Amino acid sequence: MTDPARGLPAAPRAGQAALRWLLFAILGLFALFYLMPLFVMIATSLKSLEEIRAGSLVALPARVTFEAWGTAWSSACTGIQCEGLRPYFWNSVSLSVPAVAISTLLGAVNGYVIAQWRFRGANLIFSLMLFGCFIPFQVVLLPMARTLGFMGLTGSISGLVFVHVIYGIGFTTLFFRNYYVTIPVELVKAAKVDGAGFFRIFWSVFMPLSLPILMVTVIWQFTQIWNDFLFGVSFSQAGTQPVTVALNNIVNSTTGVKEYNVDMAAAIIAALPTLFVYAVAGKYFIRGLTAGSVKG
Amino acid sequence: MEPILEIRNLGKNFGAVEILKDINVSAEPGGFLVLVGPSGCGKSTLLNCIAGLEPISGGTIHIGGRDVTHVSPKDRNIAMVFQSYALYPTMSVAGNITFGMKVRGVDKAVRARKLQEVARQLQIEQLLDRRPSQLSGGQRQRVAMGRALVRDPQLFLFDEPLSNLDAKLRVEMRLEIKKLHSDLGATMVYVTHDQIEAMTLATRIVVLKDGVVQQVGSPAEIYNRPTNLFVADFMGSPAMNLIPARASRHGNGTRIEIERAGGPPIVLIDGRIDGLPGDVVVGLRPEDIAEAGFRAGDGVQEAECLIDMVEPAGADTFVVSLIGGKQVTARLHAETEARPGSTLALAFDLGKVSYFAPDTGERLN
Ligand SMILES: Nc1ncnc2c1ncn2[C@@H]1O[C@H](COP(=O)(O)OP(=O)(O)OP(=O)(O)O)[C@@H](O)[C@H]1O
Ligand SMILES: [Mg+2]
Repeated sequence: MTDPARGLPAAPRAGQAALRWLLFAILGLFALFYLMPLFVMIATSLKSLEEIRAGSLVALPARVTFEAWGTAWSSACTGIQCEGLRPYFWNSVSLSVPAVAISTLLGAVNGYVIAQWRFRGANLIFSLMLFGCFIPFQVVLLPMARTLGFMGLTGSISGLVFVHVIYGIGFTTLFFRNYYVTIPVELVKAAKVDGAGFFRIFWSVFMPLSLPILMVTVIWQFTQIWNDFLFGVSFSQAGTQPVTVALNNIVNSTTGVKEYNVDMAAAIIAALPTLFVYAVAGKYFIRGLTAGSVKG
Repeated sequence: MEPILEIRNLGKNFGAVEILKDINVSAEPGGFLVLVGPSGCGKSTLLNCIAGLEPISGGTIHIGGRDVTHVSPKDRNIAMVFQSYALYPTMSVAGNITFGMKVRGVDKAVRARKLQEVARQLQIEQLLDRRPSQLSGGQRQRVAMGRALVRDPQLFLFDEPLSNLDAKLRVEMRLEIKKLHSDLGATMVYVTHDQIEAMTLATRIVVLKDGVVQQVGSPAEIYNRPTNLFVADFMGSPAMNLIPARASRHGNGTRIEIERAGGPPIVLIDGRIDGLPGDVVVGLRPEDIAEAGFRAGDGVQEAECLIDMVEPAGADTFVVSLIGGKQVTARLHAETEARPGSTLALAFDLGKVSYFAPDTGERLN
């Protein structure tokens, strides 16, 4: 910044202010560009079908109606059934909650072991887990289908939970491991001398330290699992499909007229939980990603 | 009396690297054993081995007469204070101090009573509800001590507990630890790289270098009769003068001749030793070189020396003269007339002189 003591002339300062406004203007434009689709979605979902056909895409609704939302939630057709998104929404809830919880917990324990109980081969195992993060979904589809069949979990919600847990462990382990490496090893030593064992140290010393990274992991995993389509469509059957698959079916079912307002409402409903999680825990996300070593 | 701690032939490898070699050390009940040595010599590793936090590659460790070589840390009846304190960041001070007892299933009422006792002893009663992050360095240090003290173990282990404190606080805490030791009558093993800390606290000092024990003895023994050049140089501040010299027979004693650039050699006669090899290193503490006339007795001999530097240090004044190719420090009284560039008669007191072999570094007398 300019130093008043040096008595700089006013011109550069004015120039800087102008630059700053230009920057804001550009950033504002980007933000608008990003928000545009959301605006169109919300506006459209609140319009009636006639208005959509008559009016412009970006116009505000002349008469706000929540009819489309009601339809999307409880009576839109996903193929032959016409129960709306509701049952699938609950499918997604009952698959993401345990999948997020289990994968996060396993990741925490894994990260704890790899970072703090350095055993022979720990680095190799960690590298292999990291490698797991980079395996594309498509590659595991067939083997996973066989595995699920073998385990008797084909088409079930438990099967989907299993898939997401397995696929998520690499990421969750990475998060926790990187967080726990920054914690001095003397903490474990002190707890050992105090008489605590492996799990006691984990629960009493490490878990209470882990809120920031726990938030990061939960948000990450929830977003991944809730938004997943490929595993959902591959490993579910009628009745166990997650909301993303149902949304696809609503939008693609081509009986009668295309109900854009219902499609938009359904898409927003499907996206709401992740938005909600960001709104509630987003600040921890930033904090957790930047959080580092623990000072005594 | 049976020693509380007894280490026999201990070896420790990290992979292929041998960190500790054939360590034999023991601590008497109520003793204060100090492990001292330069950074990286393996002090912390040895302490961790005693605690059971590092498996050892050979030898045995007995604590309280019991073989604990393969016993886990929690069952060794020890308490430890770490260099970084290692306080549990999410627990209050009270939580930190009582965690060990909680884990061991000590009754709640007993926990509360012991917490109060220790808090009073260490004067941290007003801090019990704080988190470690809300404490100053000195306060953290006390909490770390408190965590060890509540346990009432057979053996206390301290890993450089004062190294993170500022100089003044360090001196204060040093005294406090000394007092604590005599109050408790406990056996302690204390790691430091600070030789003054070692001298002031220890009843017994172990000097380590590169994972090998150099000397074990009382502070006075280590100070007055260092067993080799390394110990001589490491212990004491300012360090012992180690001056290369020529030795030859002189009647029943030995004639020591020290070369000087631009002057006649200094000749000292030591009547109490013979049979030294031709080349020796003469070890004289700065306090064994005084201003002529201020020191009398057997073995005190004088020589004119050119003074290179004068360093007043309050109670004493240190002067440096180039003798035998070494900067030799002498400790004079504060009012000395010595000036840089002038000559001064110095008295060399051979009463406590050490001789070392220049090639092996071993002590010769
Ligand atoms: N886990 C480890 N793996 C391999 N080498 C190690 C390990 N821990 C310590 N070392 C090595 O062992 C040697 C002794 O280390 P140690 O920590 O005991 O030194 P120290 O005497 O305590 O030093 P300081 O005064 O700096 O604390 C060092 O050379 C160090 O590099
Ligand atoms: Mg150390």
